[in-house]
Amino acid sequence: MSRRNKQSSETDSAATRRQFLKSSIAASGALVAGSSIAHAKADPAIAYVQDWTRYLGDGVNAAPYGKPSEYEKQVVRRNVEWLTASAESSVNFTPLHELDGIITPNGLCFERHHGGVAEVEPDLYRLMINGLVEEPLVFTIDDLKRFPRKNQINFLECAANSGMEWRGAQLNGCQYTHGMVHNVMYTGVPLKILLDQAGLKTNAKWVMAEGGDASGMNRSIPMFKALDDCMIAFKMTGEALRPEQGYPARLVVPGWEGNMWVKWIRRLEVGDEPWHAREETSKYTDLLENGKARRFTWEMDCKSVITNPSPQAPLKHKSGQTVITGLAWSGRGTIKRVDVSLDGGRNWIPARLDGPSLDKSLHRFYYDFDWNGEPLLLQSRAVDSTGQIQPTKTELRNARGYNSIYHNNAIQTWHLKKTGEVENVEVS
Amino acid sequence: MSKSLRAGQMMLARTVAAVVLLISLAACSAAIAAEPDKRLGLGRPATPEEIRAWDIDVRPDGMGLPEGKGNAAKGETVFAAKCAICHGDFAEGLDRWPSLAGGLDTLKTQDPVKTIGSYWPYLSTAYDYIYRAMPYGNAQSLKPNEVYSIIAYILLMNDIIQDDQFELSKTTFTSIRLPNEQNFIEDNRPDTPTLEDGDPCMKDCKPDVEVTMRARVLDVTPQGEDKEAAKGAIE
Repeated sequence: MSRRNKQSSETDSAATRRQFLKSSIAASGALVAGSSIAHAKADPAIAYVQDWTRYLGDGVNAAPYGKPSEYEKQVVRRNVEWLTASAESSVNFTPLHELDGIITPNGLCFERHHGGVAEVEPDLYRLMINGLVEEPLVFTIDDLKRFPRKNQINFLECAANSGMEWRGAQLNGCQYTHGMVHNVMYTGVPLKILLDQAGLKTNAKWVMAEGGDASGMNRSIPMFKALDDCMIAFKMTGEALRPEQGYPARLVVPGWEGNMWVKWIRRLEVGDEPWHAREETSKYTDLLENGKARRFTWEMDCKSVITNPSPQAPLKHKSGQTVITGLAWSGRGTIKRVDVSLDGGRNWIPARLDGPSLDKSLHRFYYDFDWNGEPLLLQSRAVDSTGQIQPTKTELRNARGYNSIYHNNAIQTWHLKKTGEVENVEVS
Repeated sequence: MSKSLRAGQMMLARTVAAVVLLISLAACSAAIAAEPDKRLGLGRPATPEEIRAWDIDVRPDGMGLPEGKGNAAKGETVFAAKCAICHGDFAEGLDRWPSLAGGLDTLKTQDPVKTIGSYWPYLSTAYDYIYRAMPYGNAQSLKPNEVYSIIAYILLMNDIIQDDQFELSKTTFTSIRLPNEQNFIEDNRPDTPTLEDGDPCMKDCKPDVEVTMRARVLDVTPQGEDKEAAKGAIE
């Protein structure tokens, strides 16, 4: 009899035994946690045969597309309702504090839409290349899958990530302050190969990418980038793109702001000038203190954040061996080093980078230490392969003022308290 | 040997070296085998009719503007019917929906209002965006005359034109310049320290550290109760 069947015909005595177990765990929890071998009483988690040990579990194919454990229900994307006028033109956030390593699970990659999720039928999907080309072309999704393929792991960060923190510490959780970033492996066709099929004219300097969604998202990409490392991707971390990530095909623009990675891409127009679309004039331009605004600020700057502990992920212990971990990335290359501060940036200690160090990809860092149980002001500071140093909030504000919205790569401070709770703060 | 001959030989040598390098690169980069000039025979030509159906973009130089015309007087009616429910009768913006008029002299303040009158550099962006994305939830449904009329009305609400009979059309469109066009500059980052300014400080980098602001004071994180105080970044 499987565990599921067993449960449905559960006897009273089994139910009673489970209740007893629960209260017994609660009662002995303090003992077990606070003590050692000296206590002869055995941990009920060990002393009793658990259901999963005694009874058979689900057979294969109980979940043809597998899901996380039912005990991981809190690991979800979350939005901030007051941020936007409508959910169809809005954003939610990757739960960075629940993840480790460098790859973001597909279902947890943050969403940013301007006209809702386009549910594109793959049979009706077309990619057109027109403009300054020898021959305008149309491809189906099956055509795209007959081209030579490439795999690359890249982070995608919204230029507005941390945008709410320009004026001060606002949101309690790295999911909200830094969660507009994800990192997956893309499989697709280099843009250069596709453009070569149509044949670029000599005055071809820009490519406008356009989406097939209800916002018709469009951005101008300079030709040097299009021919360098951009691709039309149809897979993310092995499986088809999720609808909310542009199914069946999206543009990948490594290291550059997420808005340019046009989803549900339907057209590439080649031109001699940029288009100055709404998302590269009215939005995604960086207003400076003197009233001037930077445009075409494509590259994402060198940045890092401690993901644990953080406000949504307090420490459960009060002192002793502790792991600090976080993410670092740069749109200009790789991360060369990350330093961690426990005292709000007064003194710094090198952190340990672990896992692959890939171009324009998230990097994972750790700092393992013996916490004395006193309050700490935690910070991380990344340096990238071009020598850019992650700035303090003060350095960034001195350079740009308070109105830039986009490209906030400043050092984040978490206040770890004696209780293990963590708060988003700013420091002198 | 004359200087020019020597230079010529050096150039030849460099060319040979470059060719050798190219060949060796080609040999070792077996990753993507397609050669630049090679057509793979995939896809098919796009027909002129298909290109017309999708080629909806408009550029500052007027490229892409369709035939048609409209004025602010007509635009007021179209705007009231198709835009005002979010943007207000006078393009002032309702609730959290963006205002499309006003905002002059706000760019250096704490609350910049970005309209075609105060911020947008090019009017073509309005045509491009309105046709492709508006009305919100009924995109690519407006006729060219309606788009020209709506834009004329927004120009009037921003005091960029004064005559509600001014005919905005493919011919007159590029004569209109927006006031903030000159205030956009190219990306000049990095504008914060790099290793060229010296290695980052590791010890005693500043005097005693004090907490100057706490997120809990604002309490705008979801499941917080007061959601009024924060400034949003997303529209």
